[in-house]
Amino acid sequence: MSDDSFIPDETSRTANPDELESIEVVPGPAEPEPAGDSDVEQRLRSLSRRGFIVTAAATAAGVAGWKWLMHQPLEDGVQRPFRRVLKLNEKLSEGYFRGQRLNPTYALSAAAPVPRVNGHIGLDQNADHSNWRLRLEGTASGTPVELTLDDIRKLPRRDLVTEFRCIEGWTMIVHWTGARLSDLVERFPPATRSGRRPDLENHPDDLVRYVAMETPGRQYYVGLDMESALHPQTLLTYAINDRPLSWDHGAPVRLTIPVKYGVKNIKRIATIRYTDVRPPDFWARQGYDWYAGH
Amino acid sequence: MKELEKKHTLASRWFHWINFPLLTLMIISGTLIYWAYPIYRIGLGHFTLVKLNLPQPIWQKLHANSRLAMGMAWHFFFMWLFAINGVAYVLYTLISGEWRELTPDRHAFREAIQVTLHDLHLREEKPPQSGRYNAAQRIAYTAIVVMGVGSLISGLAIYKPVQFAWLAALMGGYTGARFVHFWLTVGYLVFFVVHVGQVVKTGWNNFRSMIIGYELVEREKPVVTDGGQGEGELI
Repeated sequence: MSDDSFIPDETSRTANPDELESIEVVPGPAEPEPAGDSDVEQRLRSLSRRGFIVTAAATAAGVAGWKWLMHQPLEDGVQRPFRRVLKLNEKLSEGYFRGQRLNPTYALSAAAPVPRVNGHIGLDQNADHSNWRLRLEGTASGTPVELTLDDIRKLPRRDLVTEFRCIEGWTMIVHWTGARLSDLVERFPPATRSGRRPDLENHPDDLVRYVAMETPGRQYYVGLDMESALHPQTLLTYAINDRPLSWDHGAPVRLTIPVKYGVKNIKRIATIRYTDVRPPDFWARQGYDWYAGH
Repeated sequence: MKELEKKHTLASRWFHWINFPLLTLMIISGTLIYWAYPIYRIGLGHFTLVKLNLPQPIWQKLHANSRLAMGMAWHFFFMWLFAINGVAYVLYTLISGEWRELTPDRHAFREAIQVTLHDLHLREEKPPQSGRYNAAQRIAYTAIVVMGVGSLISGLAIYKPVQFAWLAALMGGYTGARFVHFWLTVGYLVFFVVHVGQVVKTGWNNFRSMIIGYELVEREKPVVTDGGQGEGELI
């Protein structure tokens, strides 16, 4: 008897959905005479051999694939295929992002009385903030702008009680007070890609695509996409629980950006730069996702 | 006399064995993420039976405190393969009709208890079984798919808690979604232990059928076939 008439080819079997409802019996229709035990066992041996060869080959392919992945050159602290997928995820996330979607807000009473401090890079306990200036670069006018804390305070004041999410996994509800970054951007708009006058209302996609922020001396720095920077809950924060920021919370002005993980909420901002070149990011260079967006 | 009986289709075998390493990688990378903030425990109120974390020496040895970025990169890479394989499997069971073999009916819970008692040697009589899987298996194999859907949904809520704030809200917000996501993973581990235990108990013939598709069965007399459509009586 031929092998083929004994057991049909695997693919033709699975292609027929009707077969799934019945318990298939070997010998099949082409073989009215029942097969002897030794025939069945021989057939079983051949099936087993094939099955385990395929299994071994698939396992070897999987292991080889894994080894290949692990030996790819690193791009910002992570193997290139992983970085590529992080960037693909970023594209999808940006496509789905809508500025109207807000991080849930809470009653004032829900705010943590003493918010946790995590991360001191770029901070200085003994820094004198009296001569602090926020330098704004990449504006449409072409000349950098220097702002004082009072300039920021003169922008419309916003209170926000919302969940802060650390990339490590912990969260905390914090009462922030500050000015919308978008209000500052409106006052001092960024350069455009076309070179035309910036129009935040009607042509936000003509603005340069990124915002870079740095602490003094660029010890800590973050890169943001423009859309997240313009989100209505993105604040230049100068108070927590109605008190001016302490040095370790980022005095005098820090960023609150609830559409990102905590790592993007840079403290003690010295420089803000609009740019069309994707800005480097402190943690993204160490293997983390650059976008880190919610 | 001996016969070969088709037990698992080629497609379901591939889905199963592709899922195994992918889910393993998702659990490993998820654990690396969890270690950055390992807060969960088994306990009640102030009583804690066990904290779900590593003892300090093992923690140090595994560099558990410095693998968050790696864990996230892996997790957000393999999530696609895990999700695609899972969705394809569900579509396959729906289109092929195989879902009928896998889903429990309204008697399933009572029967599943009987099956469990029988498996634990507390009940002599084997409960009736219609189709390839008994009631306990049907519940388990359906539950694991529902859990998979739960992992994808809670994972999405953790991944994009602002864009999918409504989804997170269904689970009590971001922290709730994280809680659900974690305990579903513990559920997979429990499933794994029981599943492998059952496979070991049932034996090689059954395990082999998950690889080659066929199981060797003993019959008293030759089965009369009617063009491949008939069902063989099992002894």
